[in-house]
Amino acid sequence: MTVTGAAAESDELPADVAALIGEVQYEIEGEFPVERGYVWTTCSSVENGNPLFWDDAVAEEITGGPIAPPTMLSVWFRPHHWAPGRTEQALPLQVHFDLKARFDLPEAVMTDNTIVFHEPVRPGDRLHTHQILRSVSEPKTTKLGTGRFWVIDVEYFNQRDQLVGVESYTGFGYRRAEGEA
Amino acid sequence: MTTSLLATDVHEGDALPPLSYDVSATTIVLGALAARDWRPMHHDHDFAVNRNGTQDIFMNTPNQAAWFERYLTDWSGPKGRLGRMRFRMRGSVFPGDTMVLQGTVRSVTQDDSGCAWATVDVDLTVDGDVKTSCHATIALPSSPDDNPWARTGPTWTP
Repeated sequence: MTVTGAAAESDELPADVAALIGEVQYEIEGEFPVERGYVWTTCSSVENGNPLFWDDAVAEEITGGPIAPPTMLSVWFRPHHWAPGRTEQALPLQVHFDLKARFDLPEAVMTDNTIVFHEPVRPGDRLHTHQILRSVSEPKTTKLGTGRFWVIDVEYFNQRDQLVGVESYTGFGYRRAEGEA
Repeated sequence: MTTSLLATDVHEGDALPPLSYDVSATTIVLGALAARDWRPMHHDHDFAVNRNGTQDIFMNTPNQAAWFERYLTDWSGPKGRLGRMRFRMRGSVFPGDTMVLQGTVRSVTQDDSGCAWATVDVDLTVDGDVKTSCHATIALPSSPDDNPWARTGPTWTP
């Protein structure tokens, strides 16, 4: 269901959205195991020469074997752009896109991102995750347009159910001002 | 880069060496694809300009996180272990920009488990304007024999 017109701009949070705050949603297992190809591609993209990711002897000495860069947490859950039998493109951070649709806000940006790193992520790990909506603001107007801010936590676990990290995203879904399209 | 900084080497107010990098369209697209971020504003100029209203394609959040991680561990060495990062995006990074990362140590502390932490603020700027600010905590060895990566469970509380 999409809210449009005056309802979309009401200060009051719709009851169905308020009911989602604090609820665990979208328990998902990654589509593929953690693998070193993406580790190297990511390190290459930022010219990261940390030997933990390139030198197995150093990794063995310091981290007990190869690990993935901690900041790659979200990478392991970004769905394939296409997969057999899939009729719609799967979206990461689905709660964010649900809120965009719910409030009929065609554009969105992420403004704040906090990541807390727990157990190291290693090649071969099968990670699973869930999302929790923490808050939704009243309507706000910024230089981008008018919309709402929301905070979503994403918690990540490995196949032994050890917490490997938590990401908190602040998103701003918005509609551009008339005449700026 | 197999040597690592010790917490005893670090002091409040220390400036990290700056990192300057000329951003190209390849930087943006490579970073987005490395992060498996297929959204068009990170590779499609026409979409970015005419749909998103931005001046060009722009660097995505996970790739900025990777830049901050690289910057911090270039400084700490491989025993440096990130505990927490918070960033605030104030503006976008576009092809043609020269981005500069510059960090300052805000504190050096030790928690109840004996883990030594450096808190570092890093600004990513373009032409002096802060595009993204990052507040990070990174565990550093407290002695040559210490290894933050050996910490787990109650001895790792980021």
